[in-house]
Amino acid sequence: MSTGERERDENGSGRTGTFGDYGGQYVPEALMPALQELEDAYERYVVENEDGFMDEFRERMRDFGGRPTPLQRADRLSERYDREIYLKREDLVHGGAHKLNNALGQVLLAKYMGKERIIAETGAGQHGTATAMAAAHLDMPCEIYMGRTDVNRQRPNVYRMRMNGAEVNPVDAGSGTLKEAINETMRDWATTVERTHYVIGSVVGPHPFPKMVRDFQAVIGDEARSQILEKASRLPDSVIACAGGGSNTMGTFHAFVPDEESAEPRSADDSSGPNPQERVDLYAVEAGGSCLDIDEDAGLAPNSATLSTGTDGVLHGAMTKLLQSGDGQIVESHSVSAGLDYAGVGPELSHLVETGRVTPVSVDDEDALNGFHRLSRLEGIIPALESSHALGYLEEAHEDLGDLVIVTVSGRGDKDLETVLEETEKRDLEAAPAVEVFDG
Amino acid sequence: MTADSAGTDSDVEAAVRENHPALITYITAGDPSLEETKAYVEALDRGGSDLIELGLPFSEPIAEGPTIQAAINRALEAGTTPEGFFELVDDLETKAPLLVMTYYNMILQYGAGEAPRVSDSDAVSSRNKPDVRPFVERAAEAGLSGIIVPDLPAEEADPLREACDDNGLDLVFIIAPTTEGDRLETIMSQVSGFAYVQARLGTTGARENVSGATHDSLARLSAYDVPKAVGFGVSKGDHAAEIVEAGADGVIVGSALVDIIASSDDPREAVDELETKAAELKRGALRGSTGETAAGAEDAPEPEQP
Repeated sequence: MSTGERERDENGSGRTGTFGDYGGQYVPEALMPALQELEDAYERYVVENEDGFMDEFRERMRDFGGRPTPLQRADRLSERYDREIYLKREDLVHGGAHKLNNALGQVLLAKYMGKERIIAETGAGQHGTATAMAAAHLDMPCEIYMGRTDVNRQRPNVYRMRMNGAEVNPVDAGSGTLKEAINETMRDWATTVERTHYVIGSVVGPHPFPKMVRDFQAVIGDEARSQILEKASRLPDSVIACAGGGSNTMGTFHAFVPDEESAEPRSADDSSGPNPQERVDLYAVEAGGSCLDIDEDAGLAPNSATLSTGTDGVLHGAMTKLLQSGDGQIVESHSVSAGLDYAGVGPELSHLVETGRVTPVSVDDEDALNGFHRLSRLEGIIPALESSHALGYLEEAHEDLGDLVIVTVSGRGDKDLETVLEETEKRDLEAAPAVEVFDG
Repeated sequence: MTADSAGTDSDVEAAVRENHPALITYITAGDPSLEETKAYVEALDRGGSDLIELGLPFSEPIAEGPTIQAAINRALEAGTTPEGFFELVDDLETKAPLLVMTYYNMILQYGAGEAPRVSDSDAVSSRNKPDVRPFVERAAEAGLSGIIVPDLPAEEADPLREACDDNGLDLVFIIAPTTEGDRLETIMSQVSGFAYVQARLGTTGARENVSGATHDSLARLSAYDVPKAVGFGVSKGDHAAEIVEAGADGVIVGSALVDIIASSDDPREAVDELETKAAELKRGALRGSTGETAAGAEDAPEPEQP
C-alpha cells in the first residue's frame, strides 16, 4: 500500500470510512459488530501487516495468482492511434480477471479472523469464480449468490464455480442481476454473521469494504506505475479503466491519484526518473448501454452509467452515486456486460469524480462490442466485455488522451462469447467477423 | 421529543408504557393498494394495536425476509409513492400512534427530485442534495409519531435524530442479538420511544417459536429503563405471551399480518382476519403479563426449525 493514503482519506467529518460526502456504514444493526470486527482485522492485518498477513497475501498472489501481470505495449493499437498504448493485462491473473486480487485477500483475511464460511455475490460470475477459487485454495466452504438472469447469461462461470466446490444460489427477485444478488447475500450475512465472512466483490458496501477492496486491488496500479516508468521512463498522460462497481477502476487509479499538476515528485525513486509527469488524467469508462436517460415510470435505466448520470443516495451500506428515481427507488440498470450492470458505484470513485480528479465517461453497448472485436483481431487478446468499454473509449477519444496511454484489460472475454455472438448478430458491426464463421 | 429531553413520555413511549404489555403491528403501505391499507390499519387499531408501524416501500429491503419483501414489491407495483403514503397518513384517524418504517434512502430523497417543500429559498432547479429534513417535517405534519430505519445504525443517525428531535418525532433503534458492550450502551443512550429488540439474527419473517436469543437480549437490556418491544419472528398469541413473560414491554408483529393480506382473496375478509389476529396477539401478550403462558396456550410450541 502506498504511503500517504490516510492523509488523502481524511475529510474532517468525524465519521469513519468516508470519502468526502460518500461512504459510511448504512446496514442493519445486526451487522455492525461484524463491520467493527472486520475494520479491526483490516487495520491490523492489511494496513499494519500483522502476523505477516500482507507478505502471505503477496506470496500467494505471486505463486497461485500469477502476479505480476505484464504491462504490454499494444503495437497495432499504438499504430492505429499514432501514440503509445500500453495494456495492463489483468486478464492474465489466475481465473481470468483482476477479481482474484480481492477475493484471495478477503478469503485469506477471513481465515486469519477465524471465520468458518465464505459467501459472496456475483454479477458476471468473475467475482464468484475468483472467490470459489480462493476458497478452494484456502480450504473454506463457499456459497455464491447470483441473479437468475446472470446465471443464464454467464453459464461458463457458473460451471467453474461449481467445479471449485462452491454452491451457486440463483436469485429470482427483480431483474435477477447483481443488485438482487447483493441484497440476498446481505440477508444471508445478517443471519449467519457470527461465523461467516461476506466477500464483497467491489469497492462498494459499508466501511471498511471500499478501502479494503481498493487496497487488495491497488496492486494493479502499483505494478502499472512502476512498469511504465521502467518501460517508457515516464508516467502516462492518461489511464483508462472500465467502471461498474469500481474495483478495477480504483485498483488501477489508486497509485496515480496523487499524480496531479504541480505535485512534487512523490518519492526519491520518482525524482530519479528522467522526466516526472505533471498530471496523469484518469478516465472511468462506464456502460452507456443503449441510452443515458432513466425511464422513471418503468423503473429502468438502459445503462449503468452511475458516475456520469447518478445522484447521491444510500444503497448497500454506503452513501454514493446511484441510479434512482426522484422518489429514491433504485432503478434497474442495464449493460451488455453483466459485470458492469449495477445501479451503484464505489463511494471513493464518487468522491474522486465530485472533486474532479477522475473523469467519468461512457461507451454504449455497440461501441463496447466493437472494442471487443477490435482488440481480438488486432492484438490477439479477447477482452472481457467490461474491458471492451475502456477499449471503446480509447477508439473514440484517443486524440485527447496524450502521447502515452495505459488501458487496463480487467479480464478475459471467454465468459462473454455467447453474449457477444448473440449481440453481434443483432448489429452490423464494423470490426466483427461474419456471423456465418461460427456455423462451422 | 424524547422522555429525556422533554421530561415527559413521548406519544410512542406512553403508548407502550400505558398499555403494558403493548401490541405493535406492522403492515406495508400500498399492499395491495393504499385504499386497502387504510381499512387494514383501522382493523389493526380496532383489534387492539397500541402502536402501528406502516412500511413505506423501498426497492432494496435488505433487512426483510421473503414475506415483507413480496409485500413491498406488490406495493411498488401498485405505484405507491412517498407522497401517496403521507396522504394516507393524513387521512388516518387511529387511537394507536403511527410510526413509519422505511429505509434511509427513502428519507434522504424525499423532496430531492422536486422543488424543496421547506421554506429555505436555496431552491435549485436541478435535483437537490439529499436531506432528511423534508421527510421528517412532512411526517410530523401528517401526524406520524416516530420513525424506524432498519439500515441506519446509531453511528450514522445524527442528522435524522436531530431532525426528529426538532419535530417531536421518536427515532426507534433496533437492538440485535449481536449488539453488546459499548455499542449497546451507546444505542440505549440514544433510544427514544422504545427499544426494538430483534428476536433473532437474520431478516423479518414469521417463525414457529420464540428464539432463545430473545431471552438473552432482554436480560442484557434489563438494567435500562426504556420500554422494550420484541419483533422478528413473532406470529402467535403464545409467542406474545412467552415474550412478555420473559420481560418485554411489548411485542411487534409484521410478517404474520402481511401473510393474511397476501393470502386473502377478499379485502373485507382480510379486514376481519387482521382484527381477529390483532386481538389474539393482544390477548397473548396480556396472558404473558399475568404469568399464564402455559395454561392458556392457544397452540402448542413446535420444534425449532433447523
